[in-house]
Order: sequence, then C-alpha cells, then structure tokens
Amino acid sequence: MIPIIKITNREKITPAHQMMTLLFSIMAGLFAIGLIFLAFGVNPVFAMMKIFTGSFGSMYGIKETVTKAIPLILIGVGLAIAFRAKFWNIGAESQLLMGAIFGTWVGLNWGPHLPAPMIIPLMFLAGFIGGALWGLIPAFLKIRFSINEVISTLMMNYICAEFLTFLIVGPWKGKTKFGFPYTDDLPASAILGVIPGSRIHYVTLIVALLVVFILGVIIYKTRFGYEVRVIGENPEAARYAGIDFFRTTLIIMAISGGVAGLAGVGEVAGIHHYLSYPASISSGYGFTAIIVAWLAKLNPFFVIVAGIFFAGILVGGDAIQISLGLPAATVQIFNGTLLVFLIMGDYFLKHRITFKNNRMPHGEPDPQ
Amino acid sequence: MEDLIVSVAQRTLIAGTPLLIGTIGEVICERSGILNLGVEGVMSIGAVAAFVVTFYTQNLWLGLMAAVLAGMLISIIHAVASVSLQSNQVVSGLALTMLGLGISSLAGKPYVGKSLTEKMNTVAIPFLSDIPILGKILFVQSPFFYMAIVLALAAWFILEHTELGIKIRSTGENPKATEAQGINVSLIRYGCILVGGGFSGMAGANLSISYSKLWIEGMTAGRGWIVIALTIFALWNPMRAMIGAFLFGGIFVMQYLLQPLGISPSLLAMLPYMATLLVLVMIGIKDSKKLNAPAMLGEPYKRGER
Repeated sequence: MIPIIKITNREKITPAHQMMTLLFSIMAGLFAIGLIFLAFGVNPVFAMMKIFTGSFGSMYGIKETVTKAIPLILIGVGLAIAFRAKFWNIGAESQLLMGAIFGTWVGLNWGPHLPAPMIIPLMFLAGFIGGALWGLIPAFLKIRFSINEVISTLMMNYICAEFLTFLIVGPWKGKTKFGFPYTDDLPASAILGVIPGSRIHYVTLIVALLVVFILGVIIYKTRFGYEVRVIGENPEAARYAGIDFFRTTLIIMAISGGVAGLAGVGEVAGIHHYLSYPASISSGYGFTAIIVAWLAKLNPFFVIVAGIFFAGILVGGDAIQISLGLPAATVQIFNGTLLVFLIMGDYFLKHRITFKNNRMPHGEPDPQ
Repeated sequence: MEDLIVSVAQRTLIAGTPLLIGTIGEVICERSGILNLGVEGVMSIGAVAAFVVTFYTQNLWLGLMAAVLAGMLISIIHAVASVSLQSNQVVSGLALTMLGLGISSLAGKPYVGKSLTEKMNTVAIPFLSDIPILGKILFVQSPFFYMAIVLALAAWFILEHTELGIKIRSTGENPKATEAQGINVSLIRYGCILVGGGFSGMAGANLSISYSKLWIEGMTAGRGWIVIALTIFALWNPMRAMIGAFLFGGIFVMQYLLQPLGISPSLLAMLPYMATLLVLVMIGIKDSKKLNAPAMLGEPYKRGER
C-alpha cells in the first residue's frame, strides 16, 4: 500500500517550531557525518566523543574554543548582513587576510614609535580598511559589470593568498627569521594581551561582541537595516521603494569585508604575532563562517552561539586529527554535511507534510 | 623554435582539457536552470575515485568510470536539495563543494605520496599525427583530450539540434510552460545535474590519472571555480567552451614559461584567477542582458505555483 504524501505550505512558523527543526537538522547532520566516518573506517562514536571532549570537555578545550570563536563570530556576523541582501560573499577568507596584511603593516612600521593604546586601535582601523577595500572590489564588479560575486570573491581569495605569500617570501621577509618566510615579530606595543593561561585575545573578543551588538541594532532598528532586508527579499519592491541598490550593496560589502579584516588583525596581533603562510593565519575561518551565518539564520545575535558551536567543531576536529590521524580537511565534511541538512531542514520548516494512508492516522511526522 | 611552439601548444591543450570537460558539464546543468557551484568538490571526488580504483585494479579505464560514477552519486545531494526541496542553489552548491573536498581528503589520506605505475598515455592518431606541426599538437594527445572534444561536439549537437536539447533549454527558460507541455521538469533537472556531476568527476580523473599520476589534497586548485566562470565566458555554448578552456590552458602554461624571467612564482600563480576576473569584466562591458543566460537559472521551480 503506497501512502499518499501531501505537501502543503505551512502558514504559521513558530519560534518553537524553528528551534525543533534546527535541532533535528543538526542531529540528522551529525548522524550522517557518523555514517561517512563509518564508511571510511573511522569509528563514528569514538570520533564524535573525541570531538566533544576535545572542544567542550576540558578547560583547555573551552579556552581554545573561545579563541577560535572570535574570528568566526566577527566574520559570521558580517556574512549574515551580506547574505541578508543576497550578496553571496564567499571571499571572507581573503578579506581576513587583507585585514591581517594592513594591520601588520601598521604594527610593524608605527608600532615601535607609538604606545599600545594608540597603535592597537590604529591596527584595527587599518585592518577594517583593508578588508573593506578588498570586499568593495567584488561589490563594484557586480554593480558595474554584473559579475557574479560568488566567482569574483573566490578568485580574489586565491589572488590574496598568493599576494600574501609573495609578501612574506619577498619584500616583507623578516630579518630576524633566519630565512623563514615570515615577517618580523610585531613590536610589544602592537601585541594584544591574552587572558592568562589561554590564547583568548580579549580585546578582539570585546570588539567582536560590540560588532554583533552594533550590526544587530542596525539590522533590526534602522532604515538601512530595513533596506538590506528588502533588497534581499524582494529586489523588485526595493526598486519601487526607491532604495539605492548600488549604495546599499557597497555599504554592505564594506562592512562585511571590514569586520573580516578586524578578525585578521586579531589573529596576527593576538595569536601569531607575525605574518606567515595564508593557511596558518586562517584555517578556513572565512568558509566556516558561511555556515555559522546560515546556522544563525542570518541573525547577528545568534551568530555568537553558532560561532561557539562551530569553533568547538574546529577544536574538536584538531583533536581527532591528532588522535585518529585524519587530514585537516575532515572538518569540511562537518561543514558541508551540516549545511546540507540545515537547508533541507528549511524545507520541512516551510512545508507541512502529511501522509494519507489507511493505516496511518492524519498526523505530522517528525521533520526529518 | 618549432619544438618550443609545439611543446607550448601541446601543454596548453593538456592544461585546458580538464577545464573543458568540467565546463561542458556545467553548461548542460545550467542550461536546465540549475546553478551548480559544487564543481570544485565533485572534481576532487572524481580525482580521488579515479586514483584509488586505478591503484587497485591497474586499469585506467575502470578508474575513469569510477570517477564519473562517483561524481554522479555525490551530485544527487545537489539534485535533491535544489530540485526536490527547492533550496537555495548557491548554498547547496557550496555545501557540495565543502563536502566533496572533505570526503576526498579523508578517502585519499592513505594514498598521499603513492603513485600509479602508469598514467593515461598519449595516443597518436594514425596519418593525422603526421601533419607537420599541427599533427603533433592536435593528434598526439591523451585520450582525455579526444574525449573532451567529442563530448563538447556531442553536447552542442544535443543541446541545439535535438528534441532532448529543446526540452533541457526550455526547462531553463520557462519551466512552467515546459511542464504544461507534459515534460517532467524535475526529471530533466535531475538528469542534467547528474550528467554535469559525471563530467566534473571525469575532469577530476583527468587530473589524477592523466595530467599527473598521483593524488594530493587540493589538487583541483580552484579549477572547479574557473569552470563556473568559463561557463559564463562560453555563453552556455559547449563550442565556445572549447575556446575558453584552451585559452585558460594557455594561461596555466604561461606561468611556467615566465618563471625563468625572475618573476615571483606567487605573482605568476595569480594569473589564472586574474584572467578569470578580467574575462568576466570584458563580458560585463557588453550588455549583460544579451548574454543569453538561461532565464530561470538559479530559480527553484515549484510545481503549480505562479
């Protein structure tokens, strides 16, 4: 007997419903990830346990999780704004790097002459400008030449990574680094303090939380935020409402790129203290933040929770890399699978599925 | 001098072949109205599948088949998400890329540093390869090159001159009217996504069993993204895809040609990505509305809705 499946639009979506769908999506996603692990001969229960204990199971893990949540929150909140306007900024990875490059330049050149209270704000400012400029290029290309931003931002990721490599093996190579491709260390005044016994550079953490608050207010309480939402939801209506698409897109990308640039300064001044290879400055934060923004439903405040969750996965991912000898890109499986299940969850949130069957009474099966 | 020209031209075609194969697949997929940003991940899956199967069976053709099959299988995810569940195709494609890169690195981990005993050898076509200069360039090539050319011609013929092609194109232009003609839009789109995935898988195989004979993480190096740009450059036409793919092949080769001049390798490595942006700018300078993009590209289609 074939049950008749009936799909109708769900008229009302309650917050509770949203929460349940989200939880189910994550659970189902984790289950699928377990299956992938199993397929490649990795014990899924052990791997999952290891990820959890590695990230949230010890004081060290928690500190590391917070440390990695800082860039994820900063970038995630910027992406949430861009994605709201349906600007698919996939270039946060290089906007971060550009911020790191600009910030390091200021730190290395002005740091020896200025005290910390002056140099550190200047570095963050430079980082914001660097990220914003790098983010404005694809915005301009989209407006002026209608170039798809997914491609332009991605190409710029590669270009920026090569540019950074060029700098550190060439003109910026440190005199004190014995021929290694690193810049010199930042002067003491340009280095961010950490919470003792951890790597949590709290200044960047405070900056991140401030950015979340400011952007949250902008999105929900200002006319600009309203314009961003209208452009994303209905570009046609935005035009009739007299919203300046060009101006709004440029501002959005300046913000989105700029905050990624702040994250870049935080990584250099808070953790590494010098510029090195792109892959060591950012372990794919720009890409992971895409899912952070999506998991947070593009809500700036939820980005904090989603950022901590994914930071946990990154830290736990490091733990299983070491204990199980898995490659670094394993964490991409988490990212990809969870993203798939999150977007699938959206479908079940928006639609009501009912089975009409002699045996089965009318009812609602669970969303997965 | 003649040797240099022949060698550069040969290598241009070799470097352009995986790009061409991938672009044909993406053209077919996008013509049906589906944007698939998963190419980079699917290519990577194809590369690892081809390597592993060839490694154990010592049969390059089985490796190629495995890559095509793996590419189709993993693309089902995008099909379900973008067609059945009407999800956002940008996000779903990105998810596919992440998943593909992750799974391929996990699956390929035991094979890093190992090498195949042989790779797909060049085949000289009798008589044609005896033509001076051109013969050596065009007719002493890897089977992947010949297959890519044949597939490009076939894809062009099917899309432009057969009933199936009309169905695919009208699905991308106006799914509602297509459905009214009694054509199953979902079926066409599923088919095109799977075929596109097969092509991406084949492009990956090209890299791991013909271009080189090993697997390394990140060996696709952004080619999947260049393919998506080339699809626009090709104006969704497999014939034009040939021009674009080999143009880019030339840029890949140029990196190595310019290196002896003392230019930093990092700056040279930017060339393909810069060229991609430049090409898109050049297309953008023309009226973008005349680009002939499938009208409903990237738009989910929901049956029975206006």
